Amino acid sequence: MNDAGKLNSLKVERSEVGKGHAHDSARRHVRGEAIYIDDMPDLPNTLHIAPVLSLVAAGKILSIDASKALAAPGVVCFLSADDIPGKNEAAPILKDEPILADRVVEHVGQIVGAIAATSFAEAVQAARLVEIDIEASDPCFDVEDAFANGSKTCATQKLKDGDATTFIESAPHKFSGRVEIGGQDHFYLESHVAYALPGEDDEMTVWSSTQHPTEVQIHVALALGVKNHNVDVQVRRMGGAFGGKESQATIIAAIAALAARKTGKPCRFRMRRDVDMAATGKRHGFVMNYEVGVEANGRFTGLKVDAIANSGHVADLSGPVVTRALTHLDNCYHIPNSDFTGFAAKTNTVSNTAFRGFGGPQGILAIEAIIDRTARELNLDPNAVRAANYYGPGTGEQTPYEQPVEDNRIVDVVERVMKNADWEKRRAAIDQFNAENKILKKGLAMMPVKFGISFNLPTLNQAGSLVHVYTDGSVHLNHGGTEMGQGLYTKVAQVVADVFGIALADIKITATTTSKVPNTSATAASSGSDLNGAAAFNAASEIRQRMVEIAATELGAAAEDIHFGNGKVSADGKSINFSELAKLCWMKRISLSAAGFYATPKIHWDSEKLKGRPFYYFTYGAAVAEVVIDTLTGENRCLRADIVQDCGKPLNPTLDLGQVEGAFVQGMGWLTCEELWWDEAGRLKTVGPSTYKIPGSRDVPPEFNVEILDDQPNHEETVFRSKAIGEPPLMLAISVWLALRDAVSSISKGKLPANLDAPATAERVLFAVEDMKARTARRNST
Amino acid sequence: MSSSIDFVLNGQPVSTRCRPDTTVLEWLRGDALLRGTKEGCAEGDCGACSVLLKHAPTEADSVNYQAANSCILLMGQLEGAALLTVEGLAQSSPDGHVIQQRMAENGSSQCGFCTPGIVTSLAGLLDQNGSPKESDIHDALAGNLCRCTGYRPIVEAAFAAARSSDSQLPKSDDNIGKDVVGAEGESVFHLPQTLAELLKLKNEYPSAILLAGGTDISLDVAHARARWERVICTRDVKELQVLQVKDDVLTVGGAVSWQALLPHLETHWPSFATLVRRFGSTQIRSMGTLAGNLATASPIGDGAPSLIALNASLTLASNGVKRVVPLEDFFTGYRKSDLQSDEVIEAINLPLPQAGQGFRAYKISKRYDQDISTVCGTFSITFADGKISNARIAFGGMAATPVRCKQAEAAIIGHELNEGTLAAGKAAIEASFKPMSDMRGTADYRSLVASNLLERLFADLSGNVVEVMSL
Repeated sequence: MNDAGKLNSLKVERSEVGKGHAHDSARRHVRGEAIYIDDMPDLPNTLHIAPVLSLVAAGKILSIDASKALAAPGVVCFLSADDIPGKNEAAPILKDEPILADRVVEHVGQIVGAIAATSFAEAVQAARLVEIDIEASDPCFDVEDAFANGSKTCATQKLKDGDATTFIESAPHKFSGRVEIGGQDHFYLESHVAYALPGEDDEMTVWSSTQHPTEVQIHVALALGVKNHNVDVQVRRMGGAFGGKESQATIIAAIAALAARKTGKPCRFRMRRDVDMAATGKRHGFVMNYEVGVEANGRFTGLKVDAIANSGHVADLSGPVVTRALTHLDNCYHIPNSDFTGFAAKTNTVSNTAFRGFGGPQGILAIEAIIDRTARELNLDPNAVRAANYYGPGTGEQTPYEQPVEDNRIVDVVERVMKNADWEKRRAAIDQFNAENKILKKGLAMMPVKFGISFNLPTLNQAGSLVHVYTDGSVHLNHGGTEMGQGLYTKVAQVVADVFGIALADIKITATTTSKVPNTSATAASSGSDLNGAAAFNAASEIRQRMVEIAATELGAAAEDIHFGNGKVSADGKSINFSELAKLCWMKRISLSAAGFYATPKIHWDSEKLKGRPFYYFTYGAAVAEVVIDTLTGENRCLRADIVQDCGKPLNPTLDLGQVEGAFVQGMGWLTCEELWWDEAGRLKTVGPSTYKIPGSRDVPPEFNVEILDDQPNHEETVFRSKAIGEPPLMLAISVWLALRDAVSSISKGKLPANLDAPATAERVLFAVEDMKARTARRNST
Repeated sequence: MSSSIDFVLNGQPVSTRCRPDTTVLEWLRGDALLRGTKEGCAEGDCGACSVLLKHAPTEADSVNYQAANSCILLMGQLEGAALLTVEGLAQSSPDGHVIQQRMAENGSSQCGFCTPGIVTSLAGLLDQNGSPKESDIHDALAGNLCRCTGYRPIVEAAFAAARSSDSQLPKSDDNIGKDVVGAEGESVFHLPQTLAELLKLKNEYPSAILLAGGTDISLDVAHARARWERVICTRDVKELQVLQVKDDVLTVGGAVSWQALLPHLETHWPSFATLVRRFGSTQIRSMGTLAGNLATASPIGDGAPSLIALNASLTLASNGVKRVVPLEDFFTGYRKSDLQSDEVIEAINLPLPQAGQGFRAYKISKRYDQDISTVCGTFSITFADGKISNARIAFGGMAATPVRCKQAEAAIIGHELNEGTLAAGKAAIEASFKPMSDMRGTADYRSLVASNLLERLFADLSGNVVEVMSL
């Protein structure tokens, strides 16, 4: 590890950092002035693209006839796999995913070709005229069938620690079971879009709604058969992404660029919502089969889990998603013997991809379901089972992947949330409500979350930035992170403002561009501000250190006495304006520009054995949720949620609060009303908001209390000792699902575990109620 | 023939010769280069495309601007109207409309893509209701999805804006639209002013699209990019704007919007009003009509079951002929009805509740607001001497059409509200239907829920709290 990647040791006072500044684009958002890619005015002769999708789940392409489409008004060209001058390759890790289907189709909705026409309407109309003759073969839609047949998209992963088999066998109590977890569509409000502009020779500029401009650059270059330096990818902002624009943007951008290359004209490819939902990946559904051994007090002796992910037709990011699921199966619990298998099942559905939490939510849901089951089976309080298994503070207990759980705040966050939620009193009130009400039943549940921060693969934990100071003291800021609504641009600008001691308004935030900062990682894994904030800190610190030398001479002071703040640079009672110093540096021929770089320290990972220290640090949170269910219809509702989330020393508490609330509601949607539904032919029928229901404003718990913990700086040396926030709070919504299980269990006075999978739609809740009534009756009769 | 479309856009008169079957969203983002208004779904369900629309007042409807989905609104429907977009709101003062200020300050946007639509919907709410309750804000937001924020900062901003005195929208001049716009050979959009004119056009052009609010049929344009050579819009037909109570019957003209109808439902059948607020957002209700909901003959149209239970009838008009059809006889098959090609729905006739008559409408869906029913159960029950003296029960989502369940009615009429009656009624409902499975629910679920709704009804009529939303 070289020094260039370390966080600069410069001591900087907090001024803008820590304030709850509004999102930098807030005023533009509310006035309709924020420009998204589809809002850029069309350049003359711009063509619009509509894709041609497979209507068949599996088969061989015998022929594609675009003659009728080509004869339609406004149509300029049709693109198929044969029109790709370079490589027909879109996969982020393996080489298994074509941009355009070549010879075979593997899911309904796969993009087989594309029409470019002079208007969007003409393109859409003509795309319907393309005739594809496909010889259908037998599709596979069932992950457990694929598991049984060993049909997978990437290598099976094993995470083993100790001897789970023996310790489950010898345990006083053992159970086995199965939990099925549904997927989730990202439903970013802005569907995928790319706009490609051909330049001189091999040059191509692509505006892409992507979290990963570098990956888009690489794949556009591959598709065009040109070197990366010919392709510039830009994105100022996305209208939401949530992981759905990490690897998925490459196909859209590549098709736009291919059409631009073929026609020589600017090409715009905006996916209509139904196309986006049919053709792009989602959160992985999982089936979790488990065996657990438990002592009488609820302490785990050993745990075996087969985590079977629905990978879809290709791997995409399924490998690392499965890794994160396996490395979060422990959640906050020390499992002395573990044997986890991760399997990415190949099915004839759209390839699943990154989604906020990236496998972590599915892993954590599984262990929480196991805890709920264990508690009911042993007639223990679920929270007592949790407490019996928490990683002990200061014990140095290790996760199954051998990372010690340091900076352990589990008990702390749990105690706080139980207090905030007034648990004891409400538990009693709910039990009484349930005793008095036959139709409506309430449930209550608490769960903690420990989430590992860093990409599992150490290589990805690097970032770059580019900072310029102009002679009027204004600052141009650029970095490799992308803005999808999370407020990353604002946070990084706060960091740079404080390095220079200037106002936030003096920082110009600029679009992410591969030609300014190269070879970036995706803005993902909650790492955006940790990585890019640190890279920008390093660039700005380097410039400041150069400026200090000039200031010291000018002010006649020692370099170590120079202070930056309030737009001034001062020492010993003398000061000059920051802008004057900038001008002075220019006159003295001092560079006012620097590229910053950051690489996360301490991390290492053996991806074969799944051992090492993949995470720089952990972040902790806890939630209590109260729900009510209708035992006649299964309708359900979260009535109250209390959340405690550890944010280290926040860069921006307002933005962090927004992440916590938004992630919780999004997670609640995943586990309740959002259901992906395919028909027998493998067609996804929930391809728009009329059929795919994300939470609305009335679905938010009427009482919703969030406490941001800002009392403990990150014990690792992150930028301003902040902590990541993007993904962790999503998992707190599992408390809602657990509370629904509790409500169902109340029919048996809490004695029996609910047979409830996710999402807990009204239908699943009603059938879990029916099942619970039947089991309770059997139990009472014996 | 070629006639421009004339309307007021953000306070300025506009005259355009675009095809009248172009969506307003496409025109705004294209010809007008006003790209603050976004496309999120092109099916009227996410609200990113929301605009504020004001029509010339009618007898039934005299409100100022109302939110509408521009993705399923056609340019022909703008003739004579006034439109406000997010850009227009931003121009209203140096810092824009008060909701824009409060949202910008309050962390109410993250990615910002849904934000212009939310701004627009809330500006519409605040114009009509200066002191909204939380439920009013949720009603106003029912057609606006946000995937980032979790809504709390949006709802808070709406409260904050309501405390300000300057949330009123400008009053637009009332314009009278022309009765036809567009160009022969491309797309012609008729806006007849009288029933006679409407029926004459219907007779002359039987294959023309008959358009009320367009909240269902215009999806063909928004989604599939269909092109319509001729549209006959019922909006301006005086006789179809009737909304009155006479001889204990509420008459709802064929062009009356759900929004205009809602206060009457609130007065006479609060449970029906609750259902109506749920199945369509403000944007949908401001454009959509009860007549249109029935004319599509959808098995899951939420208007029909309640109206069947309430023994409504339809007045159907064609050139010179009128006939009255009980609604329960109107639906003839999946998306098929007794409406003839030269006929229009002139009015829906709803008998007002009688003494002892109670009405309940229960809708089961994946989400409370703005969702299509998995099952919709409606019950009109009359009690006399402690017994059920009359009952009309109808369901949606259980068969190819909305249907009455006479077997269940027979099982409970003449009996008291007790366990035995309930069991007989539930068994009758279960025996009456063989529903289908789809993305909204399996056949088993639909069957179980439909019969359980009778149990809910009995508990409800006995004074119990029976819905999760009541807590």
